[in-house]
Amino acid sequence: MKIFVCMKQVPAAATASIDPLTKTIVRTANNAVTNPFDLYALQTALDIRKQTGGSLTAITMGIPAAERVLRDAVSRGADGGVLLSDRAFAGADTLATSYALSLGIEKMGGSDLIVCGKMAVDGDTAQIGPELAQHLGIPHVSDVCEILEAAEDHLVVRRVWDEVEQELYLPLPALITVVKGQNLPQLATIPGMLRGRDVEIPLFTAEALNADTERCGLKGSPTQVVRTFTPPVRGQAKTIEGSETQQAEELAKVIKEVLYGAD
Amino acid sequence: MEQIKKGALWVFCEVQSGELLPVGMQLLGRAKTLAAESNRPLYAIVLGKIPEGAVKTLGAAGADEVICSDSPALADKLEQPYADSLIDLAQKFEPDILLVGATPFGRAFAPRVAAALGTGLTADCTELSIEAESGLLLQTRPAFGGNMMATIKTATHRPQMATVRPGVLPLPEPVETPLSEPIAIPYNNEAGLVRLLRETAISKGADISQSKIIVAAGRGIGQKKNLKLVQALADKLGGEVGASRPLVDMGFCPYSSQIGQTGYSVAPDLLICCGISGAVQHLAGIGGAKTVIAINTDPKAPIFSVADYKIVGDCVTVLENLLKLLG
Repeated sequence: MKIFVCMKQVPAAATASIDPLTKTIVRTANNAVTNPFDLYALQTALDIRKQTGGSLTAITMGIPAAERVLRDAVSRGADGGVLLSDRAFAGADTLATSYALSLGIEKMGGSDLIVCGKMAVDGDTAQIGPELAQHLGIPHVSDVCEILEAAEDHLVVRRVWDEVEQELYLPLPALITVVKGQNLPQLATIPGMLRGRDVEIPLFTAEALNADTERCGLKGSPTQVVRTFTPPVRGQAKTIEGSETQQAEELAKVIKEVLYGAD
Repeated sequence: MEQIKKGALWVFCEVQSGELLPVGMQLLGRAKTLAAESNRPLYAIVLGKIPEGAVKTLGAAGADEVICSDSPALADKLEQPYADSLIDLAQKFEPDILLVGATPFGRAFAPRVAAALGTGLTADCTELSIEAESGLLLQTRPAFGGNMMATIKTATHRPQMATVRPGVLPLPEPVETPLSEPIAIPYNNEAGLVRLLRETAISKGADISQSKIIVAAGRGIGQKKNLKLVQALADKLGGEVGASRPLVDMGFCPYSSQIGQTGYSVAPDLLICCGISGAVQHLAGIGGAKTVIAINTDPKAPIFSVADYKIVGDCVTVLENLLKLLG
Protein backbone atom coordinates (compact mmCIF):
# COMPACT_ATOMS: atom_id res chain seq x y z
CA MET A 1 0.00 0.00 0.00
CA LYS A 2 1.29 3.45 -0.93
CA ILE A 3 0.28 5.96 1.71
CA PHE A 4 0.78 9.71 1.64
CA VAL A 5 0.28 12.07 4.56
CA CYS A 6 -0.23 15.75 3.82
CA MET A 7 1.47 17.98 6.35
CA LYS A 8 1.68 21.70 6.88
CA GLN A 9 3.95 24.04 8.73
CA VAL A 10 1.88 26.65 10.51
CA PRO A 11 3.06 29.80 12.27
CA ALA A 12 3.09 29.59 16.03
CA ALA A 13 -0.01 31.64 16.85
CA ALA A 14 1.50 34.59 18.66
CA THR A 15 4.12 35.38 16.04
CA ALA A 16 2.14 35.44 12.80
CA SER A 17 2.18 38.55 10.68
CA ILE A 18 0.34 39.55 7.53
CA ASP A 19 1.91 40.79 4.30
CA PRO A 20 0.42 44.26 3.79
CA LEU A 21 0.36 43.83 0.01
CA THR A 22 -1.04 40.34 -0.57
CA LYS A 23 -2.69 40.20 2.87
CA THR A 24 -1.61 36.59 3.24
CA ILE A 25 0.35 35.14 6.15
CA VAL A 26 4.08 35.81 6.08
CA ARG A 27 5.70 32.40 6.39
CA THR A 28 9.18 32.22 7.85
CA ALA A 29 11.33 29.44 9.18
CA ASN A 30 11.30 30.87 12.68
CA ASN A 31 8.57 29.94 15.09
CA ALA A 32 6.85 27.56 12.69
CA VAL A 33 5.33 24.36 14.04
CA THR A 34 3.72 21.28 12.51
CA ASN A 35 -0.03 21.68 12.26
CA PRO A 36 -1.25 19.65 15.29
CA PHE A 37 -3.94 17.81 13.31
CA ASP A 38 -1.28 16.49 10.93
CA LEU A 39 0.46 14.59 13.71
CA TYR A 40 -2.74 12.62 14.23
CA ALA A 41 -2.93 12.06 10.48
CA LEU A 42 0.63 10.76 10.52
CA GLN A 43 -0.07 8.45 13.43
CA THR A 44 -3.20 7.12 11.72
CA ALA A 45 -1.12 6.40 8.61
CA LEU A 46 1.59 4.70 10.70
CA ASP A 47 -1.05 2.49 12.35
CA ILE A 48 -2.52 1.56 8.96
CA ARG A 49 0.91 0.77 7.53
CA LYS A 50 1.55 -1.52 10.49
CA GLN A 51 -1.42 -3.61 9.36
CA THR A 52 -1.09 -3.44 5.60
CA GLY A 53 2.61 -2.93 5.06
CA GLY A 54 3.77 -0.64 2.27
CA SER A 55 5.32 2.80 2.15
CA LEU A 56 4.45 6.02 3.91
CA THR A 57 5.50 9.35 2.45
CA ALA A 58 4.91 12.77 4.00
CA ILE A 59 4.26 15.58 1.54
CA THR A 60 4.09 19.34 2.01
CA MET A 61 3.97 22.46 -0.07
CA GLY A 62 5.79 25.39 1.46
CA ILE A 63 8.92 27.45 1.79
CA PRO A 64 12.22 25.48 1.71
CA ALA A 65 12.32 25.48 5.52
CA ALA A 66 9.06 23.50 5.55
CA GLU A 67 11.32 20.54 4.85
CA ARG A 68 11.57 20.38 8.64
CA VAL A 69 8.05 18.94 9.04
CA LEU A 70 9.00 16.19 6.59
CA ARG A 71 12.18 15.33 8.50
CA ASP A 72 10.10 15.33 11.67
CA ALA A 73 7.61 12.94 10.02
CA VAL A 74 10.45 10.61 9.00
CA SER A 75 11.85 10.70 12.52
CA ARG A 76 8.42 9.61 13.76
CA GLY A 77 8.30 6.68 11.36
CA ALA A 78 7.48 7.84 7.81
CA ASP A 79 9.63 6.30 5.08
CA GLY A 80 10.28 9.53 3.25
CA GLY A 81 9.18 13.04 2.45
CA VAL A 82 8.48 15.16 -0.62
CA LEU A 83 8.71 18.95 -0.64
CA LEU A 84 6.91 21.10 -3.19
CA SER A 85 8.54 24.50 -3.12
CA ASP A 86 8.66 27.32 -5.60
CA ARG A 87 8.10 31.07 -5.53
CA ALA A 88 5.27 30.34 -7.97
CA PHE A 89 3.44 28.49 -5.16
CA ALA A 90 3.48 31.46 -2.76
CA GLY A 91 0.19 32.99 -1.66
CA ALA A 92 -1.86 29.95 -2.67
CA ASP A 93 -5.42 29.54 -1.43
CA THR A 94 -6.90 26.08 -0.93
CA LEU A 95 -7.65 25.54 -4.63
CA ALA A 96 -4.11 26.32 -5.75
CA THR A 97 -2.57 24.38 -2.84
CA SER A 98 -4.63 21.26 -3.45
CA TYR A 99 -3.80 21.47 -7.16
CA ALA A 100 -0.05 21.50 -6.42
CA LEU A 101 -0.39 18.63 -3.93
CA SER A 102 -2.29 16.57 -6.49
CA LEU A 103 0.55 17.05 -8.98
CA GLY A 104 3.13 16.13 -6.33
CA ILE A 105 1.35 12.88 -5.52
CA GLU A 106 0.92 12.04 -9.20
CA LYS A 107 4.60 12.80 -9.75
CA MET A 108 5.44 10.23 -7.06
CA GLY A 109 3.46 7.62 -8.96
CA GLY A 110 0.08 8.10 -7.29
CA SER A 111 -1.28 6.77 -4.01
CA ASP A 112 -3.55 4.10 -2.58
CA LEU A 113 -4.39 6.16 0.47
CA ILE A 114 -3.95 9.82 1.41
CA VAL A 115 -4.36 10.88 5.02
CA CYS A 116 -4.85 14.55 5.93
CA GLY A 117 -5.50 16.26 9.23
CA LYS A 118 -9.05 17.59 9.52
CA MET A 119 -7.80 21.14 9.08
CA ALA A 120 -4.84 23.42 9.60
CA VAL A 121 -5.02 25.71 12.58
CA ASP A 122 -3.87 28.78 10.63
CA GLY A 123 -6.78 28.79 8.20
CA ASP A 124 -9.38 26.49 9.79
CA THR A 125 -10.88 25.80 6.37
CA ALA A 126 -10.79 21.97 6.32
CA GLN A 127 -10.81 22.23 2.52
CA ILE A 128 -7.48 20.81 1.33
CA GLY A 129 -8.42 17.14 1.85
CA PRO A 130 -11.72 17.20 -0.05
CA GLU A 131 -10.31 19.44 -2.81
CA LEU A 132 -7.29 17.18 -3.25
CA ALA A 133 -9.56 14.11 -3.51
CA GLN A 134 -11.62 15.90 -6.15
CA HIS A 135 -8.53 16.86 -8.18
CA LEU A 136 -7.39 13.23 -8.11
CA GLY A 137 -10.86 11.89 -8.85
CA ILE A 138 -10.96 9.67 -5.78
CA PRO A 139 -13.57 9.36 -3.01
CA HIS A 140 -12.94 10.74 0.45
CA VAL A 141 -14.36 10.62 3.95
CA SER A 142 -13.91 13.68 6.15
CA ASP A 143 -13.58 13.75 9.94
CA VAL A 144 -12.64 10.11 10.51
CA CYS A 145 -12.24 9.33 14.20
CA GLU A 146 -11.42 5.61 14.03
CA ILE A 147 -10.06 3.07 11.55
CA LEU A 148 -12.10 -0.09 12.11
CA GLU A 149 -10.51 -2.15 9.37
CA ALA A 150 -7.53 -1.60 7.10
CA ALA A 151 -6.88 -3.87 4.12
CA GLU A 152 -5.04 -3.69 0.80
CA ASP A 153 -8.09 -2.58 -1.13
CA HIS A 154 -10.35 -0.89 1.39
CA LEU A 155 -10.82 0.76 4.77
CA VAL A 156 -13.75 0.66 7.15
CA VAL A 157 -13.87 3.89 9.12
CA ARG A 158 -16.02 5.55 11.74
CA ARG A 159 -16.88 9.19 12.07
CA VAL A 160 -19.06 11.17 14.44
CA TRP A 161 -20.83 14.27 13.23
CA ASP A 162 -23.21 16.54 15.12
CA GLU A 163 -26.17 14.21 15.03
CA VAL A 164 -24.99 10.99 13.44
CA GLU A 165 -22.35 8.37 13.87
CA GLN A 166 -21.43 6.53 10.68
CA GLU A 167 -19.46 3.46 9.72
CA LEU A 168 -18.29 3.65 6.14
CA TYR A 169 -16.70 1.27 3.67
CA LEU A 170 -14.14 3.08 1.58
CA PRO A 171 -12.60 1.35 -1.44
CA LEU A 172 -9.04 2.42 -2.25
CA PRO A 173 -7.60 4.55 -3.73
CA ALA A 174 -9.16 7.15 -1.46
CA LEU A 175 -8.47 10.00 0.95
CA ILE A 176 -9.45 10.47 4.57
CA THR A 177 -9.19 13.45 6.88
CA VAL A 178 -8.83 12.67 10.57
CA VAL A 179 -9.85 14.49 13.72
CA LYS A 180 -7.70 14.80 16.79
CA GLY A 181 -7.64 12.44 19.68
CA GLN A 182 -8.19 8.98 18.20
CA ASN A 183 -4.57 8.07 18.79
CA LEU A 184 -1.55 9.35 20.60
CA PRO A 185 1.06 10.63 18.15
CA GLN A 186 4.22 8.77 18.99
CA LEU A 187 7.45 10.58 19.61
CA ALA A 188 10.51 10.22 17.47
CA THR A 189 12.95 7.51 18.46
CA ILE A 190 16.70 8.14 18.42
CA PRO A 191 17.25 5.97 15.31
CA GLY A 192 14.23 7.74 13.82
CA MET A 193 15.78 11.13 14.47
CA LEU A 194 18.95 10.03 12.73
CA ARG A 195 16.96 8.82 9.75
CA GLY A 196 15.05 12.09 9.74
CA ARG A 197 18.29 14.04 9.79
CA ASP A 198 19.95 12.06 6.99
CA VAL A 199 17.04 11.25 4.69
CA GLU A 200 17.14 12.73 1.21
CA ILE A 201 14.08 14.96 0.72
CA PRO A 202 13.30 15.43 -2.96
CA LEU A 203 12.20 18.96 -3.87
CA PHE A 204 9.89 19.61 -6.79
CA THR A 205 9.42 23.05 -8.32
CA ALA A 206 6.39 24.05 -10.35
CA GLU A 207 8.35 23.29 -13.49
CA ALA A 208 9.40 19.85 -12.27
CA LEU A 209 5.73 19.10 -11.62
CA ASN A 210 4.83 20.39 -15.06
CA ALA A 211 2.37 22.65 -13.28
CA ASP A 212 0.21 25.18 -15.04
CA THR A 213 1.53 28.31 -13.32
CA GLU A 214 -1.79 30.04 -13.99
CA ARG A 215 -3.21 27.61 -11.42
CA CYS A 216 -0.45 28.05 -8.82
CA GLY A 217 0.15 30.42 -5.94
CA LEU A 218 -1.48 33.82 -5.67
CA LYS A 219 -2.09 33.93 -9.43
CA GLY A 220 -3.96 30.63 -9.33
CA SER A 221 -6.04 31.53 -6.29
CA PRO A 222 -9.63 32.56 -7.04
CA THR A 223 -10.10 33.99 -3.55
CA GLN A 224 -8.27 37.21 -2.87
CA VAL A 225 -8.16 39.16 0.32
CA VAL A 226 -9.27 42.71 -0.41
CA ARG A 227 -9.11 44.11 3.08
CA THR A 228 -8.19 43.17 6.62
CA PHE A 229 -9.51 45.06 9.59
CA THR A 230 -9.92 44.93 13.32
CA PRO A 231 -13.44 43.91 14.30
CA PRO A 232 -15.58 46.79 15.50
CA VAL A 233 -15.73 47.19 19.25
CA ARG A 234 -18.96 47.24 21.14
CA GLY A 235 -18.29 50.57 22.74
CA GLN A 236 -16.70 51.27 26.04
CA ALA A 237 -17.19 48.52 28.59
CA LYS A 238 -18.23 49.70 32.03
CA THR A 239 -15.49 48.79 34.48
CA ILE A 240 -16.54 47.17 37.74
CA GLU A 241 -14.01 48.43 40.27
CA GLY A 242 -13.39 48.33 43.98
CA SER A 243 -12.24 45.68 46.39
CA GLU A 244 -12.81 42.04 45.54
CA THR A 245 -15.92 41.98 47.71
CA GLN A 246 -17.25 45.17 46.16
CA GLN A 247 -16.64 43.79 42.71
CA ALA A 248 -18.58 40.65 43.54
CA GLU A 249 -21.46 42.69 44.97
CA GLU A 250 -21.60 44.95 41.93
CA LEU A 251 -21.37 41.96 39.62
CA ALA A 252 -24.26 40.23 41.37
CA LYS A 253 -26.29 43.41 40.93
CA VAL A 254 -25.49 43.64 37.23
CA ILE A 255 -26.43 39.98 36.68
CA LYS A 256 -29.75 40.50 38.49
CA GLU A 257 -30.50 43.58 36.40
CA VAL A 258 -29.74 41.80 33.15
CA LEU A 259 -31.81 38.76 34.03
CA TYR A 260 -34.71 40.27 35.93
CA GLY A 261 -34.61 43.95 35.02
CA ALA A 262 -33.72 46.81 37.33
CA ASP A 263 -35.47 46.91 40.70
CA MET B 1 -35.94 24.09 -17.44
CA GLU B 2 -36.08 27.53 -18.93
CA GLN B 3 -37.47 28.93 -15.72
CA ILE B 4 -34.01 28.37 -14.18
CA LYS B 5 -32.02 31.49 -14.93
CA LYS B 6 -28.26 31.49 -15.16
CA GLY B 7 -26.22 33.84 -12.97
CA ALA B 8 -28.49 33.25 -9.98
CA LEU B 9 -27.72 33.16 -6.27
CA TRP B 10 -27.97 29.59 -4.97
CA VAL B 11 -28.31 28.41 -1.39
CA PHE B 12 -27.71 24.71 -0.74
CA CYS B 13 -30.26 23.63 1.86
CA GLU B 14 -29.23 20.54 3.78
CA VAL B 15 -31.71 17.92 4.95
CA GLN B 16 -30.97 15.82 8.03
CA SER B 17 -33.22 12.97 9.16
CA GLY B 18 -36.01 14.13 6.83
CA GLU B 19 -35.95 17.74 7.97
CA LEU B 20 -34.48 20.94 6.61
CA LEU B 21 -31.65 22.25 8.78
CA PRO B 22 -32.27 25.84 9.97
CA VAL B 23 -28.96 27.05 8.52
CA GLY B 24 -30.51 26.85 5.02
CA MET B 25 -33.26 29.26 6.00
CA GLN B 26 -30.75 31.49 7.81
CA LEU B 27 -28.72 31.71 4.61
CA LEU B 28 -31.80 32.38 2.47
CA GLY B 29 -32.78 35.22 4.78
CA ARG B 30 -29.45 36.95 4.23
CA ALA B 31 -29.29 35.92 0.57
CA LYS B 32 -32.65 37.55 -0.14
CA THR B 33 -31.12 40.96 0.58
CA LEU B 34 -27.98 40.12 -1.41
CA ALA B 35 -30.09 38.92 -4.34
CA ALA B 36 -32.22 42.06 -4.29
CA GLU B 37 -29.16 44.33 -4.11
CA SER B 38 -27.51 42.64 -7.06
CA ASN B 39 -30.63 41.85 -9.05
CA ARG B 40 -30.14 38.10 -9.07
CA PRO B 41 -32.81 35.43 -8.72
CA LEU B 42 -32.52 33.38 -5.51
CA TYR B 43 -32.77 29.59 -5.70
CA ALA B 44 -32.82 27.08 -2.86
CA ILE B 45 -31.16 23.78 -3.81
CA VAL B 46 -32.22 20.54 -2.13
CA LEU B 47 -30.45 17.28 -2.97
CA GLY B 48 -31.87 13.85 -2.21
CA LYS B 49 -35.44 13.33 -1.07
CA ILE B 50 -37.14 16.67 -0.47
CA PRO B 51 -39.13 16.74 2.79
CA GLU B 52 -42.84 17.42 2.69
CA GLY B 53 -43.60 21.10 3.09
CA ALA B 54 -39.98 22.05 2.41
CA VAL B 55 -40.79 24.07 -0.72
CA LYS B 56 -43.20 26.24 1.21
CA THR B 57 -40.70 26.73 4.04
CA LEU B 58 -37.90 27.68 1.66
CA GLY B 59 -40.17 30.00 -0.29
CA ALA B 60 -41.22 31.65 2.96
CA ALA B 61 -37.54 32.12 3.80
CA GLY B 62 -37.02 34.04 0.56
CA ALA B 63 -36.33 31.56 -2.26
CA ASP B 64 -37.73 32.50 -5.70
CA GLU B 65 -37.60 28.85 -6.76
CA VAL B 66 -36.66 25.55 -5.16
CA ILE B 67 -34.55 23.26 -7.33
CA CYS B 68 -34.33 19.66 -6.26
CA SER B 69 -32.44 16.72 -7.59
CA ASP B 70 -32.98 13.20 -6.33
CA SER B 71 -31.82 9.77 -7.36
CA PRO B 72 -30.89 6.48 -5.69
CA ALA B 73 -27.28 7.76 -5.74
CA LEU B 74 -28.29 10.39 -3.19
CA ALA B 75 -30.05 8.04 -0.78
CA ASP B 76 -27.17 8.33 1.69
CA LYS B 77 -25.83 11.79 2.40
CA LEU B 78 -22.16 11.27 1.49
CA GLU B 79 -19.51 13.63 0.16
CA GLN B 80 -18.85 12.36 -3.33
CA PRO B 81 -22.35 11.75 -4.77
CA TYR B 82 -23.70 14.99 -3.30
CA ALA B 83 -20.76 16.92 -4.66
CA ASP B 84 -21.14 15.28 -8.08
CA SER B 85 -24.82 16.14 -8.17
CA LEU B 86 -24.26 19.78 -7.22
CA ILE B 87 -21.37 20.04 -9.70
CA ASP B 88 -23.70 18.70 -12.38
CA LEU B 89 -26.37 21.29 -11.54
CA ALA B 90 -23.87 24.13 -11.38
CA GLN B 91 -22.37 23.21 -14.74
CA LYS B 92 -25.84 23.15 -16.32
CA PHE B 93 -27.23 26.33 -14.80
CA GLU B 94 -24.13 28.39 -13.95
CA PRO B 95 -24.96 30.11 -10.67
CA ASP B 96 -23.08 33.32 -9.90
CA ILE B 97 -23.02 32.74 -6.14
CA LEU B 98 -23.31 29.46 -4.24
CA LEU B 99 -23.74 29.49 -0.45
CA VAL B 100 -23.54 26.41 1.75
CA GLY B 101 -24.17 25.99 5.49
CA ALA B 102 -20.91 25.17 7.28
CA THR B 103 -22.28 22.06 8.96
CA PRO B 104 -19.89 19.11 9.19
CA PHE B 105 -21.41 17.75 5.98
CA GLY B 106 -21.34 21.13 4.22
CA ARG B 107 -17.69 21.56 5.12
CA ALA B 108 -16.94 18.03 3.91
CA PHE B 109 -18.59 18.15 0.48
CA ALA B 110 -18.56 21.82 -0.65
CA PRO B 111 -14.76 21.87 -1.23
CA ARG B 112 -15.14 19.07 -3.79
CA VAL B 113 -17.64 21.24 -5.66
CA ALA B 114 -15.29 24.23 -5.59
CA ALA B 115 -12.34 22.15 -6.80
CA ALA B 116 -14.34 20.62 -9.64
CA LEU B 117 -15.63 24.00 -10.76
CA GLY B 118 -12.16 25.51 -10.35
CA THR B 119 -13.40 28.27 -8.12
CA GLY B 120 -12.73 29.70 -4.68
CA LEU B 121 -14.48 28.79 -1.45
CA THR B 122 -14.38 30.97 1.64
CA ALA B 123 -15.05 28.97 4.79
CA ASP B 124 -16.99 30.11 7.85
CA CYS B 125 -17.92 33.62 6.81
CA THR B 126 -19.37 35.78 9.54
CA GLU B 127 -20.65 38.42 7.16
CA LEU B 128 -21.71 38.52 3.51
CA SER B 129 -22.46 41.62 1.49
CA ILE B 130 -22.51 42.90 -2.09
CA GLU B 131 -19.88 45.32 -3.37
CA ALA B 132 -21.97 48.11 -4.84
CA GLU B 133 -19.88 48.99 -7.89
CA SER B 134 -19.11 45.43 -9.03
CA GLY B 135 -21.97 43.35 -7.68
CA LEU B 136 -19.36 40.93 -6.31
CA LEU B 137 -19.91 38.97 -3.11
CA LEU B 138 -17.82 40.29 -0.21
CA GLN B 139 -16.99 37.43 2.15
CA THR B 140 -15.78 38.35 5.62
CA ARG B 141 -14.20 35.86 8.02
CA PRO B 142 -11.74 35.89 10.89
CA ALA B 143 -8.15 35.94 9.66
CA PHE B 144 -5.17 34.33 11.28
CA GLY B 145 -2.61 36.48 12.99
CA GLY B 146 -3.62 39.20 15.35
CA ASN B 147 -7.17 40.14 16.05
CA MET B 148 -8.25 40.66 12.49
CA MET B 149 -11.04 40.01 10.09
CA ALA B 150 -10.44 39.57 6.36
CA THR B 151 -12.78 40.48 3.54
CA ILE B 152 -12.34 38.20 0.56
CA LYS B 153 -13.72 38.23 -2.93
CA THR B 154 -13.73 35.85 -5.86
CA ALA B 155 -13.51 38.29 -8.72
CA THR B 156 -12.77 36.21 -11.79
CA HIS B 157 -14.11 32.71 -11.08
CA ARG B 158 -17.68 31.46 -10.84
CA PRO B 159 -19.57 30.65 -8.82
CA GLN B 160 -18.45 32.72 -5.86
CA MET B 161 -18.66 30.14 -3.07
CA ALA B 162 -18.84 30.67 0.68
CA THR B 163 -19.93 28.76 3.77
CA VAL B 164 -21.48 30.21 6.91
CA ARG B 165 -21.75 28.44 10.25
CA PRO B 166 -25.18 27.59 11.66
CA GLY B 167 -26.44 30.24 14.06
CA VAL B 168 -24.31 33.09 12.70
CA LEU B 169 -27.22 34.58 10.75
CA PRO B 170 -30.72 35.03 12.19
CA LEU B 171 -33.74 33.12 10.90
CA PRO B 172 -35.77 35.39 8.61
CA GLU B 173 -39.39 36.30 9.30
CA PRO B 174 -41.46 34.09 6.98
CA VAL B 175 -42.98 35.88 3.99
CA GLU B 176 -45.95 35.00 1.77
CA THR B 177 -44.86 32.69 -1.02
CA PRO B 178 -46.60 31.33 -4.09
CA LEU B 179 -44.22 28.35 -4.21
CA SER B 180 -45.61 24.87 -3.74
CA GLU B 181 -43.70 22.67 -6.20
CA PRO B 182 -39.96 22.31 -6.69
CA ILE B 183 -38.28 22.29 -10.08
CA ALA B 184 -37.05 18.71 -10.28
CA ILE B 185 -33.84 18.09 -12.21
CA PRO B 186 -33.06 14.43 -12.79
CA TYR B 187 -29.66 13.19 -11.73
CA ASN B 188 -28.45 10.03 -13.38
CA ASN B 189 -24.96 9.47 -12.05
CA GLU B 190 -23.99 6.26 -10.38
CA ALA B 191 -23.80 5.98 -6.64
CA GLY B 192 -20.50 7.03 -5.11
CA LEU B 193 -17.84 4.49 -4.21
CA VAL B 194 -18.14 4.94 -0.45
CA ARG B 195 -20.78 2.75 1.17
CA LEU B 196 -22.60 3.58 4.36
CA LEU B 197 -22.53 0.43 6.48
CA ARG B 198 -24.22 1.70 9.60
CA GLU B 199 -25.63 4.98 10.81
CA THR B 200 -26.77 5.78 14.31
CA ALA B 201 -28.47 8.95 15.32
CA ILE B 202 -26.82 10.25 18.44
CA SER B 203 -28.55 12.47 20.85
CA LYS B 204 -25.80 15.00 20.93
CA GLY B 205 -27.07 16.42 24.16
CA ALA B 206 -27.69 20.10 24.52
CA ASP B 207 -25.16 22.24 22.74
CA ILE B 208 -24.84 25.82 23.78
CA SER B 209 -26.09 27.46 20.58
CA GLN B 210 -29.61 27.94 21.98
CA SER B 211 -28.71 28.81 25.59
CA LYS B 212 -30.06 32.06 26.99
CA ILE B 213 -27.51 32.30 29.79
CA ILE B 214 -23.93 31.15 29.35
CA VAL B 215 -21.02 31.18 31.77
CA ALA B 216 -17.96 30.58 29.61
CA ALA B 217 -14.46 29.67 30.67
CA GLY B 218 -11.11 30.16 28.98
CA ARG B 219 -7.51 29.41 29.75
CA GLY B 220 -7.52 31.94 32.57
CA ILE B 221 -9.52 29.48 34.63
CA GLY B 222 -6.22 27.76 35.35
CA GLN B 223 -6.80 24.28 36.68
CA LYS B 224 -9.54 21.94 35.59
CA LYS B 225 -10.99 21.80 39.10
CA ASN B 226 -11.86 25.49 38.88
CA LEU B 227 -14.44 24.63 36.25
CA LYS B 228 -16.65 23.55 39.19
CA LEU B 229 -17.03 27.24 40.02
CA VAL B 230 -18.12 27.99 36.46
CA GLN B 231 -20.61 25.13 36.57
CA ALA B 232 -21.89 26.28 39.96
CA LEU B 233 -22.55 29.80 38.67
CA ALA B 234 -24.22 28.44 35.53
CA ASP B 235 -26.46 26.21 37.69
CA LYS B 236 -27.30 29.10 39.99
CA LEU B 237 -28.32 31.29 37.04
CA GLY B 238 -30.11 28.51 35.16
CA GLY B 239 -27.59 28.65 32.34
CA GLU B 240 -25.04 26.48 30.58
CA VAL B 241 -21.27 26.27 30.65
CA GLY B 242 -19.41 27.37 27.52
CA ALA B 243 -15.72 27.07 26.75
CA SER B 244 -13.04 28.55 24.55
CA ARG B 245 -11.22 26.31 22.10
CA PRO B 246 -8.06 25.79 24.18
CA LEU B 247 -10.11 24.28 27.02
CA VAL B 248 -11.81 21.89 24.60
CA ASP B 249 -8.47 21.03 22.99
CA MET B 250 -7.03 20.26 26.41
CA GLY B 251 -9.96 17.97 27.13
CA PHE B 252 -11.29 20.14 29.98
CA CYS B 253 -14.68 20.63 28.29
CA PRO B 254 -16.71 18.77 25.63
CA TYR B 255 -16.95 20.06 22.06
CA SER B 256 -20.67 20.70 22.56
CA SER B 257 -19.65 23.62 24.78
CA GLN B 258 -17.09 25.18 22.43
CA ILE B 259 -17.82 28.77 21.43
CA GLY B 260 -16.24 30.35 18.38
CA GLN B 261 -15.47 29.96 14.72
CA THR B 262 -14.76 26.24 14.91
CA GLY B 263 -17.31 25.65 17.65
CA TYR B 264 -20.80 27.01 18.12
CA SER B 265 -22.13 30.51 17.60
CA VAL B 266 -24.10 31.71 20.59
CA ALA B 267 -26.60 34.49 21.12
CA PRO B 268 -27.51 34.45 24.82
CA ASP B 269 -29.12 37.26 26.78
CA LEU B 270 -26.24 37.07 29.23
CA LEU B 271 -22.70 35.85 28.57
CA ILE B 272 -20.18 35.81 31.39
CA CYS B 273 -16.64 35.25 30.10
CA CYS B 274 -14.24 33.95 32.73
CA GLY B 275 -10.57 34.06 31.82
CA ILE B 276 -11.21 34.26 28.09
CA SER B 277 -8.74 36.48 26.24
CA GLY B 278 -10.98 36.84 23.18
CA ALA B 279 -9.11 35.63 20.10
CA VAL B 280 -10.85 36.81 16.96
CA GLN B 281 -11.97 33.22 16.27
CA HIS B 282 -13.73 33.22 19.63
CA LEU B 283 -15.26 36.67 19.16
CA ALA B 284 -16.68 35.44 15.83
CA GLY B 285 -18.97 33.15 17.82
CA ILE B 286 -20.38 35.66 20.32
CA GLY B 287 -21.51 38.51 18.09
CA GLY B 288 -25.16 37.82 18.94
CA ALA B 289 -24.77 37.97 22.73
CA LYS B 290 -26.88 40.75 24.28
CA THR B 291 -24.99 41.51 27.47
CA VAL B 292 -21.37 40.46 27.88
CA ILE B 293 -19.55 40.49 31.20
CA ALA B 294 -15.84 39.76 30.94
CA ILE B 295 -13.39 38.90 33.69
CA ASN B 296 -9.71 38.73 32.83
CA THR B 297 -6.40 39.54 34.48
CA ASP B 298 -5.03 41.25 31.37
CA PRO B 299 -6.49 44.76 31.05
CA LYS B 300 -5.61 44.71 27.34
CA ALA B 301 -7.45 41.42 26.60
CA PRO B 302 -9.48 41.80 23.36
CA ILE B 303 -12.52 40.28 25.09
CA PHE B 304 -12.98 43.65 26.84
CA SER B 305 -13.52 45.33 23.47
CA VAL B 306 -16.79 43.46 23.05
CA ALA B 307 -17.83 43.51 26.71
CA ASP B 308 -20.52 45.64 28.34
CA TYR B 309 -19.02 45.16 31.79
CA LYS B 310 -15.42 44.39 32.61
CA ILE B 311 -13.59 43.23 35.68
CA VAL B 312 -9.82 43.24 35.55
CA GLY B 313 -8.89 40.48 37.93
CA ASP B 314 -8.54 36.78 38.52
CA CYS B 315 -11.74 35.07 37.46
CA VAL B 316 -11.35 32.29 40.01
CA THR B 317 -11.35 34.78 42.91
CA VAL B 318 -14.24 36.72 41.40
CA LEU B 319 -16.26 33.53 40.91
CA GLU B 320 -15.58 32.37 44.48
CA ASN B 321 -16.71 35.71 45.91
CA LEU B 322 -19.74 35.90 43.67
CA LEU B 323 -20.85 32.36 44.55
CA LYS B 324 -20.50 33.13 48.26
CA LEU B 325 -22.69 36.16 47.76
CA LEU B 326 -25.33 34.30 45.78
CA GLY B 327 -25.42 31.68 48.52
